[in-house]
Amino acid sequence: MPFHIPQEDEYKDYAVVMKGIVKQFPRVLANDHVDLYVKRGEIHAIVGENGAGKSTLMNQLYGLYNADEGQILINGEVLSINNPKDAIAVGIGMVHQHFMLVGPLTVAENIVLGDEPTKMKSFFDLAKARKEVKRISEEYGLKVDVDSKIEDISVGTQQRVEILKTLYRGADILILDEPTAVLTPQETEELFVVLRNLQNDGKTIIFITHKLNEVIAVSNNVTVMRGGKVTGQIPTSETTPRELANMMVGREVLLRVEKEKKEPGEKTLEVTGLKVNDNRGLPAVKGVSFEIRKGEILGIAGVAGNGQSELEEALMGLRKKEGGTINFNGLDITSATPRVIREARMSHIAADRFKYAMVKEFTVAYNMALGRHYKQPFAEGGFLNHKNINAISKDLVKKFDVRPPEIQNTAENLSGGNQQKMVVAREFDYQPLCMVVSQPTRGLDIGAIEFIHSTILELRREDVAILLISMELDEILSLSDRIIVMYEGEIMGEVKPNEVSLEELGLMMAGSTLEQARSEAHE
Amino acid sequence: MNKKKWMRVAIPIISILIALLIASIIIIWIGKGSFAERFDFLVKAYTEMVKGAFGNKTAIMNTIIKMTPLILTGLAVGFGFRAGVFNIGAEGQMAMGALTATIFAVNAASLPSFVAIPLTMIVGMLAGAVWAGIAGFLKAKTGAHEVITTIMLNWIAYNITNWAVTDPFNAGGGIPKSPEIASSAKLPNLLTSQASFMSFGILIAIAAAVVIYIILYKTSMGYEVKAVGFNPYAAEYGGINVSKNIILTMAISGALAGLAGTLESIGLYYRFYGTLSSGKGFDGISIALIGQNNPFGIIAASLLIGGLRTGSNQMQFVGVPKHIVMIIQSIIIFLVAAERMVMTIMGWNRKKGAK
Repeated sequence: MPFHIPQEDEYKDYAVVMKGIVKQFPRVLANDHVDLYVKRGEIHAIVGENGAGKSTLMNQLYGLYNADEGQILINGEVLSINNPKDAIAVGIGMVHQHFMLVGPLTVAENIVLGDEPTKMKSFFDLAKARKEVKRISEEYGLKVDVDSKIEDISVGTQQRVEILKTLYRGADILILDEPTAVLTPQETEELFVVLRNLQNDGKTIIFITHKLNEVIAVSNNVTVMRGGKVTGQIPTSETTPRELANMMVGREVLLRVEKEKKEPGEKTLEVTGLKVNDNRGLPAVKGVSFEIRKGEILGIAGVAGNGQSELEEALMGLRKKEGGTINFNGLDITSATPRVIREARMSHIAADRFKYAMVKEFTVAYNMALGRHYKQPFAEGGFLNHKNINAISKDLVKKFDVRPPEIQNTAENLSGGNQQKMVVAREFDYQPLCMVVSQPTRGLDIGAIEFIHSTILELRREDVAILLISMELDEILSLSDRIIVMYEGEIMGEVKPNEVSLEELGLMMAGSTLEQARSEAHE
Repeated sequence: MNKKKWMRVAIPIISILIALLIASIIIIWIGKGSFAERFDFLVKAYTEMVKGAFGNKTAIMNTIIKMTPLILTGLAVGFGFRAGVFNIGAEGQMAMGALTATIFAVNAASLPSFVAIPLTMIVGMLAGAVWAGIAGFLKAKTGAHEVITTIMLNWIAYNITNWAVTDPFNAGGGIPKSPEIASSAKLPNLLTSQASFMSFGILIAIAAAVVIYIILYKTSMGYEVKAVGFNPYAAEYGGINVSKNIILTMAISGALAGLAGTLESIGLYYRFYGTLSSGKGFDGISIALIGQNNPFGIIAASLLIGGLRTGSNQMQFVGVPKHIVMIIQSIIIFLVAAERMVMTIMGWNRKKGAK
């Protein structure tokens, strides 16, 4: 039975109907006429890659953004939800990816926060709060110790507290944004039990994820999104991870890149058993090994948050290593500083342009000098050589078509695409032996994307070893010579772009090994 | 870009005008008689203030003496701001610089002036640099916030210096003060008028502003300091040692404050009284704000505040309380700090969203 698209007279049986939702951000069309139909009492999964527009859609349902176009109907009634208060009033609750809890307060205090029971209309009534929270927790089978402090309990329990918070406020429709991203497999199992319990109690649950096995395990219906559009609506029983992967990553390769045949040269970068922790001190890269040769592009595919950014930062000396070695052009750079690494001619297009790759308050000229500002020809004897800085910047701005071509402009006044061109120009001008390129085209328009792709290929022609980290499978597939897939800090397998299908890649990104993915995709 | 530069100058000037306007209202309000009489009173008050600050040679000298330490503490705080550190401890660094420099200068009798004076200044700057460097080191290595550590160091400095001039380094006579410094270490005078004198400390302060300007705008070091201040992540990405720059910035900042204390000791009092600074270290914060952290802006701001304070004495003679000047100063700082407010008043607000 295919997915049933309800008629208007059926809307009253649907907890949520979103019709023709359009949301335009300054440079991205985040939602492009999106329709979503969630039946009352079902668990509905929304899947898609990062940047597909899932969270944007849910944030509109929760009143964090207002839609530019489209309608939202709750239980058949057209409503305008302008802020989370409106959403809570009609029974919508949202559990965000990042928890909004107060560490030193107890579970009960956190749950009632913002809507506390009071004595004599002004004093907080802790006894009543504890009682109330206990009651809800027993009613829905969500076990928590109401007197524990948030900072002392596990992430899985904190999530439970977040869910209880929404229930305390009377939510009938629960939105969970990537709820399993922070959970261990066991905690994920427990969460699923909780979700099924809630469903049995008549709650409607919307569940955002990009992990396909979870969709299959827990949902009734699925809506698939890609690039701001809905690419599939299907009952879970009618589909397979393979089909979902197809809908999620899309079949057509949008961009054609002409890549000439080329034999890679000698080994330039060799990473062995690299271990890196994330900001919380938890292992993010768990013993990764690979090598890149001259004139070769190694692509790293994977869903965001699987250790790629930690790997990127570790390679450039921006993050401490917990184990393993990095050998670059005969030099051990495992514990080298960023300056030493750059001196050894490794350059870097950072995923987070605003955080790392530019000083937005500096002029374009000063940004072009970043990392080279202390040496010839940019400086001499400790003094900046403004004449050379300006001349070189002018040259680069022209060569890389940064617009407007005004080097005294502050970088924050450029558009995203031109900022990225500025960064690419500088890192290119390092004449690197190896370049770490991460998310080079995120948020850019087609023109800028093509320009950056052709620049990367030019580097390849010039025998530079390139590590390309990207969430865009199209980009990975069309540029890379070899691809490795990262999942939860480990390498799931290595493939050649012409010997792998999108669904196999999608499955590996969702945690299957190459062999599992092969057999599952060909069954 | 150009517009931004222009606004950096315009905002303090407009703030000053608004502050004067508000002060005028207060002065008219406290005046007596008809409106015309009150208006005369206002004109008289401002005339006296300007006379008091710049009306004769002695007045000008007093204004310059007041502005000299303000330039240096303003530079100290402003330079720190450029690297994203808030040195609230100029007060303590100034006191430590003055104490150490005075101890050296008291014992410098055997040295000729051209050695004793520069050496004394170096000693004072080093003491300030070390004192601030402690906070810089703690921030770089442990993440301890410099606002907290420099405040605490202020108290330590306050008590050390007070103890020093009352006990081991006391000149006798029951007053907490150090012995007089050797005459070879005294700064020569640039101007004298009747009984008052003015050392050439002002030239040293202006020279310091020029040096800081060159560091900030012409050197790789200034580039690094600003990069760390704007975006420490990008600085690190560009191979800049963020910890080193934070410590260095604090040390330079402290050296400037230490120099401020040293000049007070060797150019004005010829000894150290323990609590010499009377808030000049904290004034540095206001000066840096009004001067928009630009060395030349800081000189202008010091001239303004120095002039207002000197002029306020004269204004008192016609019956306007001295505190009016504090009110004017506070309103200026308030408006400069809340520059958005000035922009709103002037209708310069633009959409700031869309990022």
